[in-house]
Amino acid sequence: MSNVVIKVENVSKQYRLGNVGTGTLSHDLNRFFAKTLGKEDPHAKVGVANRLDTVDGRYVWALRNINLEICDGEVLGIVGKNGAGKSTMLKLLSRVTAPTEGEIKVRGRIASLLEVGTGFHPELTGKENIFLNGAILGMTKKEISSKFDEIVEFSGVKKYVNTPVKRYSSGMYVRLAFAVAAHLEPEILIVDEVLAVGDAEFQKKAIGKMQDVSRSGRTVLFVSHNLTAVEQLCTKGVLMQNGMLKMEGKVHDITSAYKQMSVDENELRRSGTRVMEFQEYKMTDMNGRKTDEVFLGDDFKISATAKAKDQIDFCDMTLDIRNDSNEFIGHVTNADDQFEIKKLNNGESMTIEVAVKNICFAPATYYISLWLGNSYGTFDYIENCIRFTIKQGDNFIHRPYPFDKRAKTVLQSSWQFK
Amino acid sequence: MSSINTDQQVNTLPDEWTMILRPKRNLLDINLRELWQYRDLIMLFVKRDFVSKFKQTILGPLWFIIQPLLTTIMFTVIFGNIAGISTSGIPKMLFYMSGIVGWTYFSTCLNDTSQTFIKNASIFGKVYFPRLALPISVVISNLVSFVIQFAFLLVFLAYFMISGSDVSPNINVLWLPFLVLLMAGLGLGFGIIISSLTTKYRDLTHLVTFGVTLWMYATPIIYPLSEIPEKYQMLVIANPMTPVVETFKTALLGVGVINYGHILYSFCFTICLLAIGVVIFNKVEKTFMDTV
Repeated sequence: MSNVVIKVENVSKQYRLGNVGTGTLSHDLNRFFAKTLGKEDPHAKVGVANRLDTVDGRYVWALRNINLEICDGEVLGIVGKNGAGKSTMLKLLSRVTAPTEGEIKVRGRIASLLEVGTGFHPELTGKENIFLNGAILGMTKKEISSKFDEIVEFSGVKKYVNTPVKRYSSGMYVRLAFAVAAHLEPEILIVDEVLAVGDAEFQKKAIGKMQDVSRSGRTVLFVSHNLTAVEQLCTKGVLMQNGMLKMEGKVHDITSAYKQMSVDENELRRSGTRVMEFQEYKMTDMNGRKTDEVFLGDDFKISATAKAKDQIDFCDMTLDIRNDSNEFIGHVTNADDQFEIKKLNNGESMTIEVAVKNICFAPATYYISLWLGNSYGTFDYIENCIRFTIKQGDNFIHRPYPFDKRAKTVLQSSWQFK
Repeated sequence: MSSINTDQQVNTLPDEWTMILRPKRNLLDINLRELWQYRDLIMLFVKRDFVSKFKQTILGPLWFIIQPLLTTIMFTVIFGNIAGISTSGIPKMLFYMSGIVGWTYFSTCLNDTSQTFIKNASIFGKVYFPRLALPISVVISNLVSFVIQFAFLLVFLAYFMISGSDVSPNINVLWLPFLVLLMAGLGLGFGIIISSLTTKYRDLTHLVTFGVTLWMYATPIIYPLSEIPEKYQMLVIANPMTPVVETFKTALLGVGVINYGHILYSFCFTICLLAIGVVIFNKVEKTFMDTV
């Protein structure tokens, strides 16, 4: 068993909502009196519901009862939506601020990289900034001197190292800053979203560097919204939601749970008059089993239940299929099949099943939007509500090598000599 | 069973962890060793301050000299000639300048350190290092400018001595390093207390800007202590900067006597102030990011 290097025990962090400054003094006095009289803190009544949009209660828990153990050599990815508490977590670990409750125990030196170029001074030259930034990140002058050439080499700004950084292009600036950070050698490294800098080539270099760091047996904590980067770098993952740890496990389980979560949550964009609306929808295979994976060339079914809130005489339904980049790839409508949707009275509902055949899109992730309406307008439109992946399979692709992802569709073809 | 338990206890002994982060720590848990580990950073901050101050200026470090010189001329004209305040027989220029040089060091230390948390919030919010490193670096980089100004003052002094004025630096100049320490300590002490309080209550920043100027008039800079009526003298001496400035002038210009009691008072005041300051600063630095 490897050693636990970070142990987070029952950690919570409370923040004040609204404007700090008005009423701070009175709150502080209230708290002080309550404390001296041995009563409970009168302003800490936030346990009500752990939602960041709590309106009553002027304090909010950004983190609630976090327990986590991180072992030696683990590369841990922390994912979650904005406001889930990821950054607060990193702030606590990197000692920028202290927890409100609980304890964090750490073994080894921590360096945190919550931002690249912290403390860079525009008037100083690249060289001076390397030293300053390195020292801020916890290196000694000696350590920096010994790595100076390497840092300059990595950043690719050798020619400009004696120029004030305010004359740098933004790309050069960021590259220099990242180069310093990348040469830190702490036992524990905390990284927040900093890979999102520079051009594609530099990002590749940066991810490579991070992989080197993790391979050298150091512990890395990595927060990012870039799931691909998380999957590439991390071995273990943690999913956070509303300030709590929702899941802990292998990185792929975590990222897929996170992706699922973004679809599940009511952040679906929905529009229309709602005189008729979808109540349930699902994707199944041809045998009616719920699925979110199909092979290229397969068939699948979408079944949707809709309820009318008025008398509906004419109604059409369509499926829009979009890819990851929100490009409109496919369109299906009942009109094409000359299928007429029956009239509905107020309060009546129906279930429609659509079979889509020979799906011929390139292997990737797709989203289906459902539409109900007629020529006068939209009744209900739910955007990207069903997420599914297409896998290569061998239905009608028989090439022994992977499908070229640049192509968006596959056409069935037959070949012969003439 | 019991043996297993003890084994586990051995594994989780607190000293096995390099660091334990808790909501509140002991008021006196001040990690000076850590500060020492970051001495390179302190020196780099000093260098940053110094270099960045004079980048893209034509006169560069000459500004260190121009500032006290112009203030001295101003004071000589207004307080010396127009208002006619006594300078106990010392050449007016010299009298004012020695006061200004000493005062400037103290007041810049106070002004600059009192902004520590607010001005550096963007750095503090992203990375940890002992927060005290910044105010200390400010005191050191101001020391550099003080040394330059002091050298200029010495040149001035030499000029007046050669031209036959009745000024005589004496053995008391040995007090000077100690006086500089007191000025630094007072500036730092007040500065970090104010900066700790301003993280929540910004009111103090307004007070500091004009408060320091007012304080200067309450310190014997433009007048000698001996000119103060007997019954108000205690008030002026209660100001911890008074003995410092007085001794500074006495040592350099050879007028007046040194009152060891007053110096002792200033010294004790400085020590207490620094102790209180460091304790408050230490308490605030952990969570100030949430309120600043």
